[in-house]
Amino acid sequence: MMTDDVTIPVDVAPVEIAQERRTPSPTQRKVVFDIRDLAVTYGPTTAISGVDLEIYGNLITAFIGPSGCGKSTFIRSLNRMNDLVPGAKVDGRVLYHGQDIYGDGVDPVEVRRRIGMVFQRANPFPKSIYDNVAWGPRVLGMKKALDERVEKALTRAALWDEVKDRLKKSALSLSGGQQQRLCIARAIAIEPEVLLLDEPASALDPIATAAIEELMHDLKDQYTIVIVTHNMQQAARVADMTAFFSLQVEEGKRTGILVEYENTDKLFTNPADKRTEDYVTGRFG
Amino acid sequence: MSAVTPPISLRASGGLRRRRLVNKLMEGVGWTSALLAVAVLFVVIVSVAVRAWPALSWDFFTKPPALFGQPGGGISSAIVGSLLIVAIATAIALPIGILIAIYLTEFAPRSVARPIQLVLDVLNGLPTIITGIFVFGVVVIDHGQSAYAAGFALSIVMLPLVARAAQETLLLVPSALREGSLALGVSRWRSVVGVILPTTFGGVLTGAILAVARAAGETAPLLFTCSIFNPAVSTDVTHALPNIPVLIFTYSEQPDQALHEQAWGAALVLMMFVLVSSLLAKALLARSRRKLGR
Repeated sequence: MMTDDVTIPVDVAPVEIAQERRTPSPTQRKVVFDIRDLAVTYGPTTAISGVDLEIYGNLITAFIGPSGCGKSTFIRSLNRMNDLVPGAKVDGRVLYHGQDIYGDGVDPVEVRRRIGMVFQRANPFPKSIYDNVAWGPRVLGMKKALDERVEKALTRAALWDEVKDRLKKSALSLSGGQQQRLCIARAIAIEPEVLLLDEPASALDPIATAAIEELMHDLKDQYTIVIVTHNMQQAARVADMTAFFSLQVEEGKRTGILVEYENTDKLFTNPADKRTEDYVTGRFG
Repeated sequence: MSAVTPPISLRASGGLRRRRLVNKLMEGVGWTSALLAVAVLFVVIVSVAVRAWPALSWDFFTKPPALFGQPGGGISSAIVGSLLIVAIATAIALPIGILIAIYLTEFAPRSVARPIQLVLDVLNGLPTIITGIFVFGVVVIDHGQSAYAAGFALSIVMLPLVARAAQETLLLVPSALREGSLALGVSRWRSVVGVILPTTFGGVLTGAILAVARAAGETAPLLFTCSIFNPAVSTDVTHALPNIPVLIFTYSEQPDQALHEQAWGAALVLMMFVLVSSLLAKALLARSRRKLGR
């Protein structure tokens, strides 16, 4: 496993499609999220509207698009993190295994328990490394074999070897890349089914980014991964499916819309929509 | 190499020279004002210390006041009484204040938080003599003076200070930590108890200490609630207990040089308590900031 202090050559090729990629035929796909006509508004501003999308199990799905096109808003609406934003309103349906997560009687806490999230900036708690990972399971009542659970999560997040001798040290003593992997470990320690990653590597250097990307590959056997990224190369490297979002300007109002959703190979090499082509070839954005 | 005169002069001249002069002048005025503030505190401390000096002795701290007309005696009973009263006030104001702050920052919608905040600010600005007469009206008239009535009155003084200070530090907690915790499928309350409060513990404690320091010196509420007492050392909070602010007030009115000195001595004790508390609070705040990585 890579560590932060090992120098590896950094890939600078424009767009390189990852070797190992899954493109299951439509009949083999397991629908985890079925999003129908989703719109999110913040007061008078519409962040995104009219999004119809299916997200499939055990694949990595990437959302790409220019700044302000609502990718982050969209991913945050998949585990009701937008509930925390005052004035945010969600219309349409987000069916998770057929159940609307915005339906009556649905507890957002339970939704987030099953659909974990890692944020743009690493946000470890000001606790020890061990407690960062153990706190979630402990609070949620998964107290059995806690040490093993912590070790497993840290191992899966490719961090165990670097921190096993200093589990009691503050998480804030870790480097940025390590902190982000700790946040991933924290998220998977409670065994969610889906992992939402909102630009997880945008604040990291290329080496730490490579570590996170490799980690995503390792994790997709067990989790359904959705990643928002600013970086097309990253989507091309890690994602099985890619959704391209863009901005639609109508009467001076800018609204995020879903333009195209395809297998990553197809989206990058043979996009159906002109706007996608402009974006992936670097003519726009 | 010989020195070459540059073709353009980079030295100040004309208007720039004047602007520089004004700049220097204003800097000097600001510096003097700052010095004045420090000087006032310094003069107060020194003049109190000088006048208190003759009264300071071991007996001063360990003995209760002497019987009327007799020499010697100390302020031990007032120290004990003040500590008890402030402890009662803290026990009331601290938990309620922290809960108010948690409600305001973590749960209340803006439309509710705003007015509550305003109420706290008004309460903070309430003259303490009004607090005193209020407690006199609702407690003392029916039940007589007592240390708990005094503690209750001081808790009203402390409450807005504790709540506002705790609120300020809770607002310092980055929202990323709240999101991180909630994204684990943890309820809000557990997030507050497990992540947010521990993170900001030092800051909350700082606010509490400053509020204690402030309450310890409040006199007006005590005149109404705890000013007629037996000077002996007592820990019976159902009766009025001797306390430092009232002792300073009454001793300074007595026609007795020794009692005047004791009043100055008590003033020094009170001032040192406030000073040490403030420094302690500062140190704790610095520690909690470091913990937040700021």
